[in-house]
Formats: sequence, structure tokens, C-alpha cells
Amino acid sequence: MKSSKSAYSEPGKIGKIDHHIIVVWVDNEAGVLARVVGLFSGRGYNIESLAVAEVDKRKHLSRITIVTSGTPQVIEQIKLQLKKLIPVHKVADFSRNDPKILFQELALLKVVSTKKNQQKVKKMCKKYNPIILDRSKKSFVIQVTALRREIDRLIENLRPLGLVSASRTGAVAMTKGAEVFK
Amino acid sequence: MSKLFTGAEIVFKCLEDQKVEYIFGYPGGAVLPIYDELKNHKSIKHILVRHEQGAGHAAEGYARSSGKPGVLLVTSGPGATNAVTALTDAYMDSVPLVCISGQVPTHLIGTDAFQECDTTGITRPCTKHNWLVKDVNELSKVIHQAFKVATTGRPGPVLVDIPKDIQFKKGKYIFKDSKQKLNGIKNKKLNIKEIDQLIKMIKNSSKPIFYTGGGVINSGPEASKLLRELVSLTGFPITSTLQGLGAYPGDDPQFLGMLGMHGTYEANNAMHDCDLMINIGARFDDRITGKVDEFSPKSKKIHIDIDPSSVGKNIKVDLAVISDVSHLLKALIKRFKEKNKDFLSSNKQKTSKWWSQIEKWREKKSLKFKNSETIIKPQYAVQRLYELTKNKDTYITTEVGQHQMWAAQHYKFNKPNRWMTSGGLGTMGYGLPAAVGVQVANPGKLVIDIAGEASVLMTMQEMSTAAQYKLPIKIFILNNQYMGMVRQWQEILHEKNYSESYTAALPDFVKLAEAYGCVGIRATKPSELDQKINEMISVDKPVIFDCVVDKNENCFPMIPSGKPHNQMLLGEDDEEEEISEEGKILV
Repeated sequence: MKSSKSAYSEPGKIGKIDHHIIVVWVDNEAGVLARVVGLFSGRGYNIESLAVAEVDKRKHLSRITIVTSGTPQVIEQIKLQLKKLIPVHKVADFSRNDPKILFQELALLKVVSTKKNQQKVKKMCKKYNPIILDRSKKSFVIQVTALRREIDRLIENLRPLGLVSASRTGAVAMTKGAEVFK
Repeated sequence: MSKLFTGAEIVFKCLEDQKVEYIFGYPGGAVLPIYDELKNHKSIKHILVRHEQGAGHAAEGYARSSGKPGVLLVTSGPGATNAVTALTDAYMDSVPLVCISGQVPTHLIGTDAFQECDTTGITRPCTKHNWLVKDVNELSKVIHQAFKVATTGRPGPVLVDIPKDIQFKKGKYIFKDSKQKLNGIKNKKLNIKEIDQLIKMIKNSSKPIFYTGGGVINSGPEASKLLRELVSLTGFPITSTLQGLGAYPGDDPQFLGMLGMHGTYEANNAMHDCDLMINIGARFDDRITGKVDEFSPKSKKIHIDIDPSSVGKNIKVDLAVISDVSHLLKALIKRFKEKNKDFLSSNKQKTSKWWSQIEKWREKKSLKFKNSETIIKPQYAVQRLYELTKNKDTYITTEVGQHQMWAAQHYKFNKPNRWMTSGGLGTMGYGLPAAVGVQVANPGKLVIDIAGEASVLMTMQEMSTAAQYKLPIKIFILNNQYMGMVRQWQEILHEKNYSESYTAALPDFVKLAEAYGCVGIRATKPSELDQKINEMISVDKPVIFDCVVDKNENCFPMIPSGKPHNQMLLGEDDEEEEISEEGKILV
């Protein structure tokens, strides 16, 4: 489409789209996840994965980790809009390529296949801290932890070898070293 | 042990401690305990509206004209959903509202009970925050926090949903200033470096302009005073958004009129060509910027806003200051005076070329129109209304459409809080109930809703409210029998295919007024207009004024589809360029 001719603001030049991991600390109260997720859907932001759980029982604090993508302007808006929500305490934003940050996702994979292929699968999972959680004659369930794109790739590669079901937690993140995000 | 109160009592104790004088509402099953308690609280007067949307807009009118939060009380289900339009309107235009809604008893929530709806779910995206109170001991804390959230920072609506059993239950009442953080809402300490940089940018510019918005009004009357001081101190031209009108005197020579899609030629060209834009409390809305890529391409931009998320949302700026307007202006003026004695005369030379360019644009007289001897031109009607009411402290509300733009163009405001209009959401039907709220807040003052006949029919039932409370609001209808703005777009963009924009079978507005126990006046000729307007003003009753105007008049000037600020259409004499297919789709 050539440049549009509207008095409504039109799509300008779209900047480079980056992947970011947004971490939000919130009061664990009714509806808080809906507020955060509703903000994303209402304003047309992306959610690639979402991980949430209470991390401080005493203070009722939950930590939400969202993998998103957008132009630098959109990422900035996401942070500013999140900070306006009343139950939000703090918001951290990490670039996917930030070397100071650990990213990790956990996946459970169920494989139904021949002995031979089962061996192959185990071999392929070796790099990703595999734990066999369940085993039967024809199948097993294996737990792996890795980066998102590693799990993406692993799943693609395991499909022809009998992968029948995959369950993933979504990425979680933490700073390296003694530093704590304030 | 401290005394226990019912939930309903706690609601009123909160309202009393928040010094609420009026609530706008409509009773129903799920709020009956609260209504039952009303009689015991004489300091709080309830205004019974005819539709919950009316309650919301009335509360908005009350808030905008008084600077205090507006409070509405509605029942569950349809009561709450009817209020959604008004809450969204308030959210878009940053009006502080506290909506208290009844809910079905807690044990029935989630069972699709009678008049149940997921009120907090529905209103989540159109409020700053909302609460469903399931514990009566939390109620007082929540309501007080609701007022705080609504009125601090960038103001906006909040909602407190109270199940009926909680209204009956007894609990503790607590009122202490909550210390809970409210997310960047408190006045931040200003950075002196930022102020110095701002002053430096002011001094370096030769083609500056102030672009001010509703944030100045929301910051209180003090902000308008300070703005006037700053503008006269610098000698710079100033333009205002729709919501900012009144913060700076509309008849002052430094004022270029409103900017934007239907703004003046001089304001929009000055915005386009300036080398320094100082945005105070405006949000670079798309009605202002037009084509974003070509918006004021050569200027340095300063943005002063209380809401951090407003900065950089639509337009990149060179310097952003997050602050309440009056807080910043006070510091800025002080620092500016210290460092620049006699700036005005020493800087005159530097901006003289700029001013003479502005004068050239002004000579176009972009608000001109061809007047008529036989038929009332809508612009003429607004001009006469202005001339005949300008010496009174008049409050104007509007509906949405052509009449709204004509009111903004031709009515000159001199004070803040005198202009109530739905800008962000563009809600037809806003003006009449808003006028009700304005009149409640300002007894004895002249309150006029400049209306269109299509808009006003959307909330016409509120005339009954005006009659009940003897609120002498004046509904000044510019009646052209069309949804005028729709008709205008259809004329320009859709080959004059006036699809469904003509209203056949309009009511007789004079008789309609009489049916409500109000006064109806009709004017059809320019020669009788003045006398009839004066008659309207002198009546001490609600009036519907049916001003029959030219059906085919269009609102100019106008930034047409896909054009930047410096390519405005000035009127019918203009050669209109063809608008491309994509333009039609996107408008």
C-alpha cells in the first residue's frame, strides 16, 4: 500500500521490532492479571508468552513475566502504561539479547515412539537439563529447561520422532550477579 | 471497640468526609440499601436523572465546571452498563468521576443472577481503577482511595462495585489519608536543569508557539493565571486544543484560536512552520497532528504533561517534563524572571518576522462565512449568542458535531472551566446532561448547551431532570435536520451520497419543551435572532431554543484527508482536490 491519505493518524515508518522481556511486580489481588493482559490486548500489544505466580506470600506479591515484541516506541509505551496501573509496584524491561540477564523456560514433552527413536530424543534433549518424569513401554515424559528459541527448535526437531504433546511455562527472567532490580 | 456501621452508612460517611454535596443517580434493586440511607444525610443532595448515561455526563459537567470530582450512583446490570459511555468519555477527557454501583449479593455473583453483570470486568478498560468490595471492613478504605485515584495525577473515572449484602453488613469505618503509593502521581521534584534547558530553548527560538490543552484547565485556575503570565512575559503566540479553550483569553491578540482539524489557518500554519513548540498539558491527539510524518517537521518540541505515558506516544519530543502544569509554570516563571530581565522588549526583534508572517495568515480570515439575510447561518447564530452573553459569566456545553466546532471557533472563552465538551470520545448526547451538572454546580449562572438536533435527541430525557430541579439550562439547538458532520464528510468523501444522515420526522422542539414543562422558542430568520436569544436568557426556566439554520452549511476551515497542517481547506471557494481511495477508507 502506498502512503495512506487519512486525517486519522496513519501508520508512520515502522521502527525495528525487538523482542523484550517485561517483568511486572503486582499486588496479588482479584483481577490483576486481567488488568495487565487487558492493557496489552486493548492497546494492540503482543504477548508471546506469559508466566505468573505469587512470589511473596506475606506481601501478596506476584511476578508476571511477559515476552513481547514491538518497536522501541511501543516497548516504551508498554512500560509507561503498566506503571500507571494501581496494583503495579515496579516494571523491568530486558532486551532478549541482554547478556546480564538469565532467561529460562521449562517444558514438559511427551514422546510416544519406538525404543530407537526414544533414545534419539533423549540424546537431543541432553543439552537442556533433561529429567525423565514418567516412563512406560511406549512413551516417556521429559522435562527440559532452556531458552525459548531453543525449545522452539527442539520441538520442531522432535515432532518426527514421536513428540505428541508439549507444555511450556513461558519464559522467566532474572538478573545475573548480586544485583537486584529496584 | 469502635462503633460498627452498615455498608450503606459507610458509603455516606465516606461521601461526607470527602465533602461531596451532590450525587447524580438512579435507584434500582442492588443499591436500595444505599438509597434507604440517603434520608439520614442532609448535606448530600441526590439528583435523580432519567438514564444512567445522563448521571455520568451530569457528573462530568459538575466536575469540569467546579474542579471537584463528580459522583454518580447506579444500580447493578443495566445501571452500570448504561454508565459505561459516560465513564469512557471521562476517561478520554481526564474528568474525575467516582461511580458507585450496586452489585448482586456476593453469593449470587457468577450465577447470572437478575441484573447481574461483570461490572468491574466491563469497566476495567474505561476507568483508572475499579474495585469490587467483598469485605465490608475494606469499604471505607476503598472509597477513600477511589477519590484519591480519581482526583490525583491525570484525573479520571473510577468505579466501586458494592454487592448488596455488603451494603447491609456491619463493619468498621476508617478514614485516614492512605499512604499507599499511587504510581507516579504525586508532584515530582522538578529538575532545575530541565527548567534551564527549557528557558534556553525559549531564548534560542525565533518562531515559537505555545500549544496548550486540557491539562492547564485540570491543573486548576491558578494554572490559567500562570499561563497568561508566561505568555505575556515571552510575547509568544499561543494556540489551544478544543479542551484547553478558556485557559487563555479567546479575544487576546496573542491568541491564534484553536488548532487542529477545524482550527484556524493561522494556528495550524504556525504549528507547521514553528521552530519551537511548547506543548503544555496537551497530548498530540490525532485531530491535532493530522498526518504524523509531516507534523511540524522543523520544530524542536517541548512537552509538559503530568502523565508519563502521554510523552512520546504519538510524537517524539526533544524535551519532556513530567509535572502538574501550575507546579511547573510557577517554577519556570520564577526562574525565567530571575535570569531574563526585560526579555519581552529585547526579544521583540527576534520574533518580529514570525509575527508578521502570522499576521499574513490571519488576513485570510479563515473563520469567515457568507452570511445571509433570509436564512440563519449557524456560525452567525453562535456569534450572536456570544455577543449577547459575553458580559455574563456564561457556561457553555456542547454535543458533538458541526455545532461543536462552530461553538469552539466562534465563542470566545475568557475563563477556565466555562467550556464543557466531549473531545476525546466524541459522545453525542453529552451536552444536555452535562449542562444539568454544570447548573447544579453553579446555581444562578447562565448555562447554555450549544446543541445539534441529532445529538440532543440522544439524551433529551434529561430535560425532565432539569424541570424537576428547576435548573434553568438553555438548550440552543442549531437545527439543520442533518447529522451535519456526517453529511459534510459524505459530501466531501462519498460523492454526496447522504446515506442515513438526514433525520426525517424530527419532533417539534417547541412542543417538546412544553411537554417537559419547559419553555420552547423557535427562530427561523436572522432578523429575529437577537430578540429571541434575549428572550431565552431572560426566562428563568429550562429552555429549548430551536434555531433553524442553513441545512447545507459546512464547517471550515478544515484539514482534509491525508494533508499536513499547512494545506487546509478554507471554504467553498477553495478548489477541492480529489481524495484518494485509501483516504476514504481510513477516515
